[in-house]
Amino acid sequence: MNTHDEERMKKLLRQSLPPVKSDAGPERDLWPALLRKLDAPATARAMPGWACFNSAWFDGALLAGLVGLAAFFPATIPLFLYYL
Amino acid sequence: MQNGASDVLNLFRQGDVDAFEALFRQHQRAVHGWILRITRDAAAAEELMVESFWRIHQARARFNPAQGFEGWARRIATRVALDWLRTIRTSRKYELSLEDCAEAAAPAQGDPAVTAEIRTKTALAFGRLPPKLRIAATLAVIEELPHKEVAAALGISVAAVKLRVFRALRLLRKDLEKQGITP
Repeated sequence: MNTHDEERMKKLLRQSLPPVKSDAGPERDLWPALLRKLDAPATARAMPGWACFNSAWFDGALLAGLVGLAAFFPATIPLFLYYL
Repeated sequence: MQNGASDVLNLFRQGDVDAFEALFRQHQRAVHGWILRITRDAAAAEELMVESFWRIHQARARFNPAQGFEGWARRIATRVALDWLRTIRTSRKYELSLEDCAEAAAPAQGDPAVTAEIRTKTALAFGRLPPKLRIAATLAVIEELPHKEVAAALGISVAAVKLRVFRALRLLRKDLEKQGITP
């Protein structure tokens, strides 16, 4: 992809997803919600819906799998590095 | 005035809630706007802003008042938004919000050959990019922020920002070409 292509892609992206007008601030006062979160005990802290999956075991398994794969197939290492 | 601001930062570091509220009130608009730029979702931005300030409070002992609050808060908010992008990327709701953005985009100053369909496909393809690349392209290309500012928020070098943007655009182009669109 040359510079000309890059500029065309940038232009297309800006046309598809224009910048967000972001200077209005939140619509409601979020301090009370933050205070509730601060007061909640660490173990009972309300997790946001998108963060309730405990992925520690999965991360470990994935890492072990990748290390194993890299040990048996060293040619895949550059591929991993590329996607890091 | 300078001493007052410094006092607030030091009190915040020691866990003073009033000082934390003062900082929250002072910086909430900037942090919210920053998250909104990344997520493009007003409801999520509010939730993530609360999460960001919660993390800021938890990490207050590591805060260095000499480096300033805003940049530090922005880095934490960026990490929170990145976590959200990682979890939301495959959801239909996120796809619909991108479609809405693309449909609402006015083609006024753009190429008239770029139809609404192409804009929607581009927005959806952008949503499929790896979050680390997407966040760099969002801030540097769509929001047109200086690379230095993006690098500081992401905690990487300016060269790394440029590389991520380049890779994002290249992957986007490949995705569009697979769909028969030649940008």
